[in-house]
Amino acid sequence: MSQDAIRELTEQRYKYGFVTEIEADQAPPGLSEEIIRLISAKKGEPEFLLQWRLKAYRHWLTMVEPRWAAVKYAPIDYQKIVYYSAPRPKKQLGSLDEVDPELKRAFEKLGIPLAEQARLAGVAVDAVFDSVSVATTYKGKLAEKGIVFCSFSEAVKDHPDLVERWLGSVVPAGDNFFAALNSAVFSDGSFVYVPRGVRCPMELSTYFRINAENTGQFERTLIVADEGSYVSYLEGCTAPMRDENQLHAAVVELVALPGAEIKYSTVQNWYPGDAEGRGGIFNFVTKRAKAMERAKISWTQVETGSAITWKYPSCILQGDDSVGEFYSVALANHRQQADTGTKMIHIGKRTRSTIVSKGISAGRGQNTYRGLVRMQKGATGARNHSQCDSLLIGDECGAHTFPYIEVKNPTGQVEHEATTSRIAEDQLFYCRQRGLSEEDAVSMIVNGFARRVLKELPMEFAVEAQKLLGMSLEGSVG
Amino acid sequence: MLRIQGLKAKIGDREILHGLDLAVNAGEVHAIMGPNGSGKSTLASVLAGREVVEVTAGTVTFDGQDLLALPAEKRAAAGLFLGFQYPVEIPGVANLYFLRTALNAVRRARGQEELDAMDFLALAKEKLKLVKWDQSFVQRAVNEGFSGGEKKKNEILQMAVLEPRLAILDEIDSGLDIDALKVVAGGVNALRAKDRATILVTHYQRLLDHVKPDVVHVMAAGRIVKSGGPELAHELERSGYEQLAPPRGEARAP
Ligand SMILES: Nc1ncnc2c1ncn2[C@@H]1O[C@H](COP(=O)(O)OP(=O)(O)OP(=O)(O)O)[C@@H](O)[C@H]1O
Ligand SMILES: [Mg+2]
Repeated sequence: MSQDAIRELTEQRYKYGFVTEIEADQAPPGLSEEIIRLISAKKGEPEFLLQWRLKAYRHWLTMVEPRWAAVKYAPIDYQKIVYYSAPRPKKQLGSLDEVDPELKRAFEKLGIPLAEQARLAGVAVDAVFDSVSVATTYKGKLAEKGIVFCSFSEAVKDHPDLVERWLGSVVPAGDNFFAALNSAVFSDGSFVYVPRGVRCPMELSTYFRINAENTGQFERTLIVADEGSYVSYLEGCTAPMRDENQLHAAVVELVALPGAEIKYSTVQNWYPGDAEGRGGIFNFVTKRAKAMERAKISWTQVETGSAITWKYPSCILQGDDSVGEFYSVALANHRQQADTGTKMIHIGKRTRSTIVSKGISAGRGQNTYRGLVRMQKGATGARNHSQCDSLLIGDECGAHTFPYIEVKNPTGQVEHEATTSRIAEDQLFYCRQRGLSEEDAVSMIVNGFARRVLKELPMEFAVEAQKLLGMSLEGSVG
Repeated sequence: MLRIQGLKAKIGDREILHGLDLAVNAGEVHAIMGPNGSGKSTLASVLAGREVVEVTAGTVTFDGQDLLALPAEKRAAAGLFLGFQYPVEIPGVANLYFLRTALNAVRRARGQEELDAMDFLALAKEKLKLVKWDQSFVQRAVNEGFSGGEKKKNEILQMAVLEPRLAILDEIDSGLDIDALKVVAGGVNALRAKDRATILVTHYQRLLDHVKPDVVHVMAAGRIVKSGGPELAHELERSGYEQLAPPRGEARAP
């Protein structure tokens, strides 16, 4: 493929660039104990949560921003960020029809008609809009089975005992710089509790969306699957075009009690910045799961957006015979930088983990896989298999792989395979000779490369993700 | 149907085709033979629109249309098919999906309606019979892990689905066992029609025993140096290319 053709293919503008105007109820910029008290008060939180936030904040003050990731960005001024903003609902919302029409239009532009999505796909959508949930659906149906699926704020009000018991049990308040920041200021997010032995009858889905100018977004998600239960959770996001960098520091905690299974799938498509990398989202996410005996955690992610992605969905395989899986496709185009991977911490006996990572680099994108497989002393008979493949499009991009392996039990087995390939000229020519356009050929080859991961996604999501991969690489501006 | 005049082409700084002439009419089967490195595959690449080969002189028309002005995919839509000497693997892309995408791309370009999954499956089943395959082959990724002979059969399957007007088959017979050779020959013969043409690039008479050519050409050092009837292939089989090739100096200096 010629240089020009590659450039044309990779210079597609972000298709979801628009800003929705909704009145925002905002705190002044900056971070202090006062602001944290304000957030907590605004949300009418119980004392334990305020104290938890303050503890995290005080810890955060003693920490420094991590610099070990292979990403470069201008320093973030944490005092310029607005830590609280909420859309002002005109009144309590009883049904989807009452949702702000402005918000509905935003979802439609994203190709996610809220009501339709929920009805057709049988998906309950908890739409998080600018940090506060404004619509939660299918609650009744889930309630029949005793499943709690609501915004984090609602959970704090309605199920404070569950929140107090599990919040921070996987990602402690002071875990890392970004997690501590999140713990201090998180605004909202999702909460799921699936009772013992219950199989959640539908995919639970949250579409995150960053909106008001200059609003750092600090989501907090907590999913607890009680003994022998099952739940599949989908997270998808896309953001409007803007000039200033936006910080996003989310925390996701998953707890799988004995015999439970949690499947967590993400399609991340936040604004990646323009061709020069200006204005994209900084995405510093802490995602971690704890699996007790015979429990299973499966992370699947398709990461195509953000200017910077710093994200390592991890599994603590605490219980004997627990299983952890990580399936990832990360795409870095233009000047995007992705440093992503996983940590598999084997503690229990006969714990097993699988890592499949597919990195795609195009334009001047930099894609780094960083993964840790640790087998503790007690992890007798633990096994891991890792497969990390990189695909390069053009010759100005980069792919890097850093596998860290620590085995403290002699019976542990770790296998690691890695490959790097390019979209070859002969592959493109072969496809074009059969009638495919260059764009379709690239899209097809990339999707083929990512297939092992895409097939782990729930059906509706897989189709969306496939389109997204093609779209993130396609040419034809406008 | 196809008319090539004074075609010169280079790869990098090296000229490989030094002024080549060839005319193929509808309904005909032509065979091109010639020593290794004489430029047969390069000619096929030029006709199919591979960009690494640069045309420096000459003209090529296909049904009166300037073929060289079209990008590769438009040539495919116009009905040109290249069976590759070395078919390419596309990991993770199912053969059936690839075939349908290709057929629908070509149909779209021709203003025909696309086939849905059901109709396509029926068509594919029909075409699979031609290469004596069961469905397992179309569920696998394109050419991935296929044996040499299986890859060649897959080219024939693709050709059968796409029904090109001009098929250029580059050493479609190399590496085939006797049964596979018959299958491939059967595929080529099945497509023979008044309004279609085929160019077979081959080193061996044995394919031509099954697919009888109308014209046989000998290519040497970037040119067609001799053309004749089917008997020319037999002659070559007996006496090789030596006495046919022009003196080296002449071929090199156009
Ligand atoms: N990409 C390339 N770069 C440099 N030289 C090339 C390239 N491709 C082909 N050539 C050269 O062009 C000449 C013609 O090659 P071509 O593949 O067309 O020969 P051929 O007649 O098909 O031979 P064979 O019978 O072995 O298939 C050879 O000398 C070959 O080395
Ligand atoms: Mg050849």
